[in-house]
Amino acid sequence: MTIPLKPNPPLALPRFVILLRYSGKKALRLLLLMFAVSVVCFVLMKFSPIDPIEAYIGGEHASLPPEQIEHLREYWGLNDGFAVRYVKWIRGLLEGNMGTSIVYNQPVADVIAEKFSASLLLMGTSWALSGILGFSMGIIGALNRGKLVDKFIKLYCLTLASAPIFWVGILLLIVFSVWLGWFPIGLSAPIDATAAEATWGDRLYHLILPALTLSLTGVASIALHTRQKLIDVLDSDYALFAKARGAGKWLLFKRHGFKNILLPAITLQFGTIAELFGGSTLAEGIFSYPGLGKAVVEAGIRADLPLLVGIALFASAFVFAGNFIANLLYAAVDPRIREGARRI
Amino acid sequence: MGQRIPLLEVKDFTLQFKQYGRGLKQIETRVISGFTLDVHAGEIVAVVGASGSGKSLLAHAILGILPSNAATGGSLKFKGEELSQSLKERLRGKEISLIPQSVSYLDPLMTTGKQIESPLRKAANAVKSVMNRFQLGDDAKNKYPFQLSGGMARRVLIGTALTSGAELVIADEPTPGLHKSMVDETLGSLKELAALGRGVLMITHDIDLAFVVADRIAVFNKGLTVEVADAKAFEASPDNVKHPYSKALWHALPQNGFHSVRGKDYGEEIDAGCDAGEEDDA
Repeated sequence: MTIPLKPNPPLALPRFVILLRYSGKKALRLLLLMFAVSVVCFVLMKFSPIDPIEAYIGGEHASLPPEQIEHLREYWGLNDGFAVRYVKWIRGLLEGNMGTSIVYNQPVADVIAEKFSASLLLMGTSWALSGILGFSMGIIGALNRGKLVDKFIKLYCLTLASAPIFWVGILLLIVFSVWLGWFPIGLSAPIDATAAEATWGDRLYHLILPALTLSLTGVASIALHTRQKLIDVLDSDYALFAKARGAGKWLLFKRHGFKNILLPAITLQFGTIAELFGGSTLAEGIFSYPGLGKAVVEAGIRADLPLLVGIALFASAFVFAGNFIANLLYAAVDPRIREGARRI
Repeated sequence: MGQRIPLLEVKDFTLQFKQYGRGLKQIETRVISGFTLDVHAGEIVAVVGASGSGKSLLAHAILGILPSNAATGGSLKFKGEELSQSLKERLRGKEISLIPQSVSYLDPLMTTGKQIESPLRKAANAVKSVMNRFQLGDDAKNKYPFQLSGGMARRVLIGTALTSGAELVIADEPTPGLHKSMVDETLGSLKELAALGRGVLMITHDIDLAFVVADRIAVFNKGLTVEVADAKAFEASPDNVKHPYSKALWHALPQNGFHSVRGKDYGEEIDAGCDAGEEDDA
């Protein structure tokens, strides 16, 4: 009897080819995602009861002559059907034109660039802060399992994980801005200064409370996950063996713990980018922080379709990029994933 | 060798676990009772017993890595000195080392070379000589556990005992699931350790292995040392062992007729059995 030979394992490809192929696949997926997002935005807007003209001119609607209104409608292309508007929009997009925002009366790309730079500061700070703090808290908790520190960390995380962002934000506002008067009530710069006049000190000062709001709540999930994962590692056979080989607690963590808990932490931290986007929308609303989150709310309630679609596309690309980076980092950390990618 | 102070001396060792039963009632489960054994430098002593009889716990007790709900009694001595928890912590990895059961005892994200290196002493030379000795090529150095074959992983595990420089090596089920040639190779490595003057305590369920490699065999049943017998004499004839469990074990071997004693449980007979443990080299 002959035993059929197994097919040869596929040849291992050079690293950059794998990376290129992988990136290409992901780019295609991103394009499809963006297409879907834009269609959903247009469909949602079609069923929105808000009239952009009414939202734009507000109470003065009655006093404006009808031919003016008609002119505006024509100018913004509101007289076309949604299908026609979509085709026009796509055609513009292919030429690099994302349209003009009704609310800000500026090109959408400019609005996004301006608002995002403010949001990036806020999101970046709170993302880094919550990541580092949460990771460290998880490690401290796991290494002191069952002790008072651990119980405190767990209590904190479980409380904050179940506290909504807007509630935490308002609480911080009440305590630090209203009662103590340490921080400004809102905005990203003093209200009497123009954008050019605001110093970095001003900006940081205005950033603290909203960034704190996002970090305080963001810490919880990464701390709890890291804690649990490290506990699993410390209970593993290989940790037991390391102990039998004379490794103390700290050496055990350094030799085996850190690398093994890094992967889930990375997954989680890059996964929270989507949450961060949502969270920053809320936090920016509470603190009247003029970022992307505030702009998207404006675009929604004033039926500014080009801006809404623009921000939605931008946000999906941003979140997508976060997950993509996480995937690349996995491979850098875990040899098993690296090996798997070679075989596909 | 009987007169020298043994490397490891286990006397009337007991081990029990506290567990919660129904409600707040605590139950004590005794896993090992009245275990007696000694290991001298340069010899291999095998502890043979059924799977799940608590043999591995003995190894963990010697190294002080038992779970926190375990309680021990009796005496464990290393070179004549009583092994307290703090002494165990000082000795493990330096004087006493463990060869664990399976690949799961290797860190999945660490390369072979680093795994072999003792966490306590950084010595690239030692790692290199161990890898040469166990025929782990240069490419094996940068491999991760998931890339190793079963035999290679086994050699890595044994290698860890060598870099530690420990005098007492405890091998916990060193050969399960290995191909015959790998088993021979593994046993060869253990013999080599003994030839280098180390004492080896081999824990196994496979009495044939013990016959091949061990100088003495401690038969372990239901948490008790039934008896300690000379390996060669035991292999030659069941008349050289006293306890019915040992005799039954001998008869159950394929080459000795494959007889099993049905429905017989020697648990009760052990107490009334023979003078366990005091049998030294015949």
